[in-house]
Amino acid sequence: MRTLLTSLVIAILGATFCFFFYILIAHDYRWEAVVPYAGNLFSGWAMTLAVSAVALILSVLIGAGLTVGQLSPSRVARWLARAYVELVRGTPLLTQILIGYYLVAPVLHWENKFGVGVVILAAFAGAYLSEIFRAGILSIPRSQWESARAIGLTGAQTYRHVVIPQAIRRVLPATAGQFANLVKDSSLLYVIGLGEFTMQAREANAQTYATFESYLPLALGYLALTLPISLISRWLEHRTRYEH
Amino acid sequence: MNIELRGLSRRYGATQALRDVSLRVGNGVRVLALIGPSGGGKSTLLRLIGGLEVPDAGEIEIDQTLLDRREDPLRSHRRRLGFLFQSFNLFPHLTALENIALPLVHVHGKSAAEADETARACLSRFRLADHAEKHPAQLSGGQQQRVALARALAHRPRLLLLDEPTSALDPEMTAEVLEVIEELCREGQEIILSTHEMGFARAVADEVVFLSGGRILEAGTAAKLFDTPQTTEVKAFLSRVMRY
Repeated sequence: MRTLLTSLVIAILGATFCFFFYILIAHDYRWEAVVPYAGNLFSGWAMTLAVSAVALILSVLIGAGLTVGQLSPSRVARWLARAYVELVRGTPLLTQILIGYYLVAPVLHWENKFGVGVVILAAFAGAYLSEIFRAGILSIPRSQWESARAIGLTGAQTYRHVVIPQAIRRVLPATAGQFANLVKDSSLLYVIGLGEFTMQAREANAQTYATFESYLPLALGYLALTLPISLISRWLEHRTRYEH
Repeated sequence: MNIELRGLSRRYGATQALRDVSLRVGNGVRVLALIGPSGGGKSTLLRLIGGLEVPDAGEIEIDQTLLDRREDPLRSHRRRLGFLFQSFNLFPHLTALENIALPLVHVHGKSAAEADETARACLSRFRLADHAEKHPAQLSGGQQQRVALARALAHRPRLLLLDEPTSALDPEMTAEVLEVIEELCREGQEIILSTHEMGFARAVADEVVFLSGGRILEAGTAAKLFDTPQTTEVKAFLSRVMRY
């Protein structure tokens, strides 16, 4: 039964891969049309890499801050953090970018597209990360908190030495998934005219009508960013394992 | 040991775990065993004496000092004790050695080198020297409990509290842990333990307390309590558990 199921899964996935691969190969491409845009595409890719990298670091800080708020003994802090998470997760990123760039940034006299884009993206991803972090911390069994209390650790020491080291390992896969999302979500920053990867691909397509010649490199370019995230996460997961 | 309990009560939701428990344990007693049916209040009593929780009513005096109800003094109190629970005592992300060294460094202010030396000595004492670098998941249940016991003793606590230390172990591992505890008793370590191992309680305890329904039904020397139980409930309990 199990071998049958396994063979079935292999057959379906294998056929699907072959099918799509064939379709993509068989298409009649006009690569020469987009060659003049290769430089723009590459600089867009570099911009996406830069925006994502900075936003990724900032999103972890925002996520951690929101987690502290959500787990705080203060009811007001919990409520505010909760409200932030629900608002950000429940509304479109597109609207948030538009509000952030066209309404909020001008009031602050901040016109740096890169900076504004990074902050909006990090604020968005931070809401998702805080839920992942919170779930990770709450998944540490009561007995661990109890043991930490019994040996005389303070609350802060318990987090630092017992809870967070164990929680990090548990949240690695979900966090890596969120990082990959962040990289792809950065594509929406084209609406504020940030010259990132997706915007350059749209431009190339608009000029040449060579749609797949513009968007296939886009897919490969994003994969080149998200795949390493996934691989590093797996490697960390393996390196931090303690149940052998 | 010198402990006096006056009118202790503790309720969890709808369950009255302890009802107006009073007890005086004098200096002649080194090992005190708490026995009785599950849910009778043994664990709760240990947790109150150990300062892991505060009673709803009543007070605890240890060495003529009243136990404070505030978290800071309670933590200092816990730091002077050693705890061992039924299971899941150890931190799974740390090796046996690190588990013992952690509180020595962060609670008892030892240097890393001192802590390492003390931890190794403790492991050798319990015949665990070869397992110092292993994580809990690589140890048997009995070995895990012995490491946890080593951690509970590494800072030389005056009083050791053991909450059903062998309930989660198979008979062979139970024997290996009981041997170590018996050794401690012979060395004069002051211990309060709750246990279902009647033979063991009788062998090591200077005084035995029978708890049921949150009340102390009988208390006295091991010989007196086991040979001439006064109440029908204690008689029934002992004849049931001693039958096989």
